Amino acid sequence: MNDEVVAAVAQAHRRDWAQVFSTTAHLTRDLDLAEECAQDAFAQALETWTETGIPDRPGAWLTTIARNRARDALRRESVFRRKMPLLVADETSPGPEDGLVDDRLRLIFTCAHPALSRQAQICLTLRLVCGLSTPEVARAFLVQPATMAARITRAKKKIAAARIPYRVPGPDQLEERLGAVLEVVHLIFTTGHTAPVGAQLIRHDLVDSAISLARMLHLLMPTDTEISALLALLLLTRARQGARVSADGRLVLLSEQDRARWDRQLIAEGQSLVTDALRRRPPTRYALEAAIAAVHAEAPTWQDTDWAQVVGLYDALFRLWPSPVVDLNRAVAIGLRDGPEAGLYALTPLLADPALATYGYLSAARADFLRQLRQWPQAVTAYEEALTLTDNDVERAFLTERLTDVKRYL
Amino acid sequence: MAKYMVLIYGDAQQWDAMTDEQWRAHDAAHEAFVARAGAQIIDGQQLELASAATSLRSDALGQLNTTDGPFLETKEALGGYYLLEATDLDEVTSMVTLLPEVHATHSGVEIRPVVDHG
Repeated sequence: MNDEVVAAVAQAHRRDWAQVFSTTAHLTRDLDLAEECAQDAFAQALETWTETGIPDRPGAWLTTIARNRARDALRRESVFRRKMPLLVADETSPGPEDGLVDDRLRLIFTCAHPALSRQAQICLTLRLVCGLSTPEVARAFLVQPATMAARITRAKKKIAAARIPYRVPGPDQLEERLGAVLEVVHLIFTTGHTAPVGAQLIRHDLVDSAISLARMLHLLMPTDTEISALLALLLLTRARQGARVSADGRLVLLSEQDRARWDRQLIAEGQSLVTDALRRRPPTRYALEAAIAAVHAEAPTWQDTDWAQVVGLYDALFRLWPSPVVDLNRAVAIGLRDGPEAGLYALTPLLADPALATYGYLSAARADFLRQLRQWPQAVTAYEEALTLTDNDVERAFLTERLTDVKRYL
Repeated sequence: MAKYMVLIYGDAQQWDAMTDEQWRAHDAAHEAFVARAGAQIIDGQQLELASAATSLRSDALGQLNTTDGPFLETKEALGGYYLLEATDLDEVTSMVTLLPEVHATHSGVEIRPVVDHG
């Protein structure tokens, strides 16, 4: 087995897993059997490709092998009666051969079905669409692999027992269902972008999974502007990733990032997608969030950021999608447009919002404005409060440093 | 085809407080649901209020107790049910959205697949 083959199989796993698994699931109508057959196909590839060389179309090769395995298994099993109810595959809608509706889309919509809990939706999407192993999914959510395995099994059982169909919903339900799918992708991304707990600021595996899901959706439904908007948002945010942590592993705020380290290619791609997405009137949630990310991406320096435009976009976002976190970001943007005093004033009413009571960024934002205003004792209190509200080591190190800094002025 | 139990829950006080006109609209919505589901409805009944319920259970010593009232004392009580046949959950969901209890603020509907022993 040579390195080239190992690399090719790993790449095929990242790129083609969803295709191999979803078309196999369509045939077997049994998620567990489909997983087994798809995994077998990848294992087989390691052996066969070493002897015969890497095929021109690895995805097609793997799909054929997985489906052949599934056919054999089904033939054997038809002797015994299967006890598990089968996945309800919709035979009336066009199959993958028609090239109209892709099996991967059916799979994504099944995993993010609203009859499953949001947590189950996310776990199933990572496991079945992204092909992450159960221990990998468990690690992402900081639970024991056995716990995650039980969760995934329960979710699969619900799909079978409640007969959640393996289908892209019809036009009457598509928008609502797509909303859930996009939210799952967005949550996977945000969980990876700033890991809620742990030693690493960024969980690259989750960020990459979310981006590949968004790319897949965009490829399969290229005219949907909400998908373009989400992909734009993810790419524009991902573009800054390399500058968010310094060489010695410390958090670097947007204001201090080395913009030369931003990924220009991702920014260009994100900008063109966001332009498309903003053509839809009124603009949607992800389009506005992506537009904000684009304003940052376009600014040559922190000082040259068009804060008026940022505030305007947050105003529009808040009208469309009123959430305490949007309100907080809007208040911070006001502070950056009009000065720390205005920022502090804008943040004050949010202190009474119970939804933000344990949200560390509110304390951190206040602390920063107070620091700029040289109100040292209050800044110390705010930094101390922010520190109690994060479980991420990199964020904690950053806040501790700031706290030590302001304490010197007491 | 699979069988689903559609359980209708709501606040009995709010149902009690409905005017005749509200009941007429309510019943019309059920008729629309029945028309849409057609022969897929196996059974369906409205239940008397939970105050008319009798519950049976045993205590720790295995002594049978018969009590007045519903098994679970909750604000939202079971008010009725439909037993349906459908191809999948999406089909049941789209039919059930016709039920008025899905749209009132105090009530809601639970869809439970029936275990197929066949």
